[in-house]
Amino acid sequence: MNFYGYKRAEGRAGIRNHVLILPTCACGSETARIVASQVRGAVNIIFNTGCSDVQANTDLSQKILTGFACNPNVFGVVIIGLGCETVPHAKLRDKIKSMTTKPVISFGIQEEGGTLKTIEKAVRAARDLAAEAALQQKELCDISELLMGIECGGSDATSGIASNPAVGNLSDKLIDLGASTLMSESIEWIGGEHVLAKRAATPELHNRIIKICADYEAHLKAAGQDCRAGQPTPGNKFGGLSTIDEKSLGCIKKGGTRPIVEVLNQAERPTKRGAIVMDTAGYDISSVTSMVAAGCNAIIFTTGRGTPTGNAIVPVLKVTANAQTFSWMEDNIDVDLSGIIAGDLTISNAGDLLLKKIHDVCNGRLTKAEAYGFSDIAVDHVCRFV
Amino acid sequence: MTNAILLDEKDNVATCTSKAAAGYTIKILGGGEIICVEDIPIWHKVALKKISCGEKIFKYGEIIGEASKDIAAGGWVSDKNIFSVPRDYASEMI
Repeated sequence: MNFYGYKRAEGRAGIRNHVLILPTCACGSETARIVASQVRGAVNIIFNTGCSDVQANTDLSQKILTGFACNPNVFGVVIIGLGCETVPHAKLRDKIKSMTTKPVISFGIQEEGGTLKTIEKAVRAARDLAAEAALQQKELCDISELLMGIECGGSDATSGIASNPAVGNLSDKLIDLGASTLMSESIEWIGGEHVLAKRAATPELHNRIIKICADYEAHLKAAGQDCRAGQPTPGNKFGGLSTIDEKSLGCIKKGGTRPIVEVLNQAERPTKRGAIVMDTAGYDISSVTSMVAAGCNAIIFTTGRGTPTGNAIVPVLKVTANAQTFSWMEDNIDVDLSGIIAGDLTISNAGDLLLKKIHDVCNGRLTKAEAYGFSDIAVDHVCRFV
Repeated sequence: MTNAILLDEKDNVATCTSKAAAGYTIKILGGGEIICVEDIPIWHKVALKKISCGEKIFKYGEIIGEASKDIAAGGWVSDKNIFSVPRDYASEMI
């Protein structure tokens, strides 16, 4: 299977060709938003961290920022810094340039003399990058260039019974075609981790999956917290999911059945091809953020209760098997899989349908969240701001 | 027309695919039928037999929690009467 995408000098092909306006810290976010709004072809993210952090938080936020810049859907980057943040713009720019040959330009608001002067220079830089990006022609790419992130959010009982198994079937089909998939949300392995671990290709990976869950619980306990207080969410419970175990056993079905060949730390880039899992929060926006930083070029997202979420860099294709949710929130959800519950659609047929839908997205079809320009991100934190 | 789905033969709950009022006979895809003893919302679980306090709840053929009170056959199984049991991770290592 092939698609028309944007070949990159290093790594996978892009299915989009964005100019990314990237703030180094929260203080650069508004300026980045204004710059992106002036240039067709540019996208921005709102970044809530980057300053007053302990080292572990800085390490994670830097992995997210550099990962966003290196994402295959990004043609080039304009960085907007402030000047007194933990990692200033020039340092972030040099780090990104050591990881990719993409064009990267950076400005600092304090250096330039305020936001308006920064906006003027950054808009010119972004305009020139966007003009260049528009000249790049799409080329035929093998489906092995696809790294699809798999996410669920606003789950209800239909997710584990229907939409997650359908996405699991899609994942198996993609892997058999040579593509790779990435499933995250390790908090939502708890209660089903012994089932997920059976898919591990080696005993080491098996034990790593179990240890991630044990460490996650120990981490929260050290802060006097319990994951069972926040999971399942009130909406999950209203939708028929009573315990984290019940939610997890449904969640992990979206990863399919193929052997897990690699287990990643949060926002880490994969080195293997096939079915991959990553240690992230179950908070969907944060999990998608980390998968985009890891280099996913498309995301498939199941929901039961309905969600509008989207990501600026990577298209998010949303699916539900809850007929009422699809009809009530059809402007936010791309694919209706309620036929599975009605008995009109088998899981395998649903997997075929999703393969066609995700193939269309790879070829350029806009998802609903993408057409609206939605840009949700949330950067996970190891501990409090300082 | 079925009103609930049984996901595994080991399960002692089924998932309702329509809301069920007390006294209604729920037809279960995957096995038999049961009379509902209280109102159960759509997508929630119905107990397929009497579940005593302390008994494990099975869905997908796996343990999803433990009953915190007695649940009648045909009763509503929810976060109000079951809870998540802490994991024994050390025993899962190979």
